[in-house]
Amino acid sequence: MTAARRRWRRSALPGFGLSLGVTLSWLSAIVLIPLAALALRPWELGPAGLWASIADPRVLAALRLSFGAALAAAAINLPLGLLLAWVLVRYDFPGRRLADAMVDLPFALPTAVAGVALTALYAPNGWLGAPLAEAFGWRIAFTPVGILIALVFIGLPFVVRTVEPVLRDLPSEAEEAAATLGATRLQTLRRVVLPALAPALLTGFGLAFGRAVGEYGSVIFIAGNLPMRTEIAPLLIVVRLEEFDYAGAAAVGLAMLVLAFAILLLVNLLQRLLRPWAARA
Amino acid sequence: MTAVPRPAAEDAAWARLAAIGAAILVFGLLFLLPLLAVFVEALRRGLDPALAAIADPDSLAAIRLTLLVAAISVPVNMLGGVAAAWCIAKFDFPGKRLLTTLIELPFAVSPVISGLVWVLLFGAQGWFGPWLQEHGLRIVFALPGMVLATVFVTFPYVARTLIPLMQDQGREEEEAAATLGASGFQTFRRVTLPNIRWALLSGVLLCNARAMGEFGAVSVVSGHVRGQTNTMPLHIEILYNEYQFVGAFAVAALLALLALLTLGAKLLLERLTGRRAAVHA
Repeated sequence: MTAARRRWRRSALPGFGLSLGVTLSWLSAIVLIPLAALALRPWELGPAGLWASIADPRVLAALRLSFGAALAAAAINLPLGLLLAWVLVRYDFPGRRLADAMVDLPFALPTAVAGVALTALYAPNGWLGAPLAEAFGWRIAFTPVGILIALVFIGLPFVVRTVEPVLRDLPSEAEEAAATLGATRLQTLRRVVLPALAPALLTGFGLAFGRAVGEYGSVIFIAGNLPMRTEIAPLLIVVRLEEFDYAGAAAVGLAMLVLAFAILLLVNLLQRLLRPWAARA
Repeated sequence: MTAVPRPAAEDAAWARLAAIGAAILVFGLLFLLPLLAVFVEALRRGLDPALAAIADPDSLAAIRLTLLVAAISVPVNMLGGVAAAWCIAKFDFPGKRLLTTLIELPFAVSPVISGLVWVLLFGAQGWFGPWLQEHGLRIVFALPGMVLATVFVTFPYVARTLIPLMQDQGREEEEAAATLGASGFQTFRRVTLPNIRWALLSGVLLCNARAMGEFGAVSVVSGHVRGQTNTMPLHIEILYNEYQFVGAFAVAALLALLALLTLGAKLLLERLTGRRAAVHA
């Protein structure tokens, strides 16, 4: 009892009951009760029906596409984000502050705007799509590559913003020591800098993946939305809702959430394993 | 902020140039080009058709609805966010970490799922659907549903900007005010609010930008009726699918301007406070 007492440390400040009450009602009404509906509704189908609803080839194809593209985009974002963070922190050049502010553009730009803009660029008659189709015969919009580009756009700031502060706080002594001891610059980067940044990179990877896997607005314009080929899982939820298949829609949503949390858990685990490596460097 | 020259840990001039060049390329292709595309496509036939598209009654109705939805959702999340930050930053209680995690939960959920949950609750076959129908009430495919979906999606912004700041600021000032006989409300208004006003403003701006730009969640719960349940992002989709590209990009350009304004204001607030607000969406 005394332990419990200590955790509820008495405070001279008023308003605890009121603010906690407001917070809990706000949280329950807006987040917890609705998500409970998502967790419970699919079971109306019964375990077998739920399984059949998720094991449908069209659902599996959509899940494979959403998760595959999100993982690939997050992986592409690692070197791109590291490059941008490195240049923004380590070098000085005209326009650096503006560039730093613009990194948040994908966060601030409404997804539908990003979607139509990327489609205007990469459609077969678009700014970049037309020359690429002419020169190499590449099709980008309305293929999985188009989806990938939208997800890279959406996820890039996560990696930049998680790596940036760690890179800024990295003590220069370690790099200097490595250089003095005769390491080449490349060795220093690989053996000293990269391990120190690894946890932040993984965090950025997880955030970019989490955002990309559920992304809707920026993808559906450029995706083509062909069942089995370019149909992402969130779109399939919309399709099932339009068929008034509430339980089926909820089943896809629940499958997405469970899978995403499992992958994020894995990323977290990997991060824990990497920590000693980062600390040693 | 600027990189201090570190001779031993310095990159060779050619590597520096190559990195900056590559970063500018990534930046231009991924960030600047899409932004440019929005404005160029909107003005493709000159300024007048773009302005006419915005002055169209359906577009104006979409703008009005967007403003209305944001005007309801943002204050709700501001009050909830301040209450949550107050109880989390100023008091100790069991379950505090869990509460903080739950507040960020909406960021981990796909926008489509953020809309889906409200259909599961209030749709025709939702838990409360039949009851609502009996009483002639409409939530989903009408304004209330769009507001609820927007509140869900923008739920964490204010709380997550305030919590770290208020935790850093500690409790001493408020405790002093309370000891000197200030009431809870006086303490908040005279002591806490001046300390957090810029962060609060920054959180509200980010919340507002997302509220006005949200597509996926609102799309699921909107009736998609032109002039009635269409917000600006949804209107972009309708115009785009009808091949009215100038109109679609003109509305998109308005939203892109809002995004740029938000980024500019955020930059200004960061200069003012010397603190970086997390934008993660």
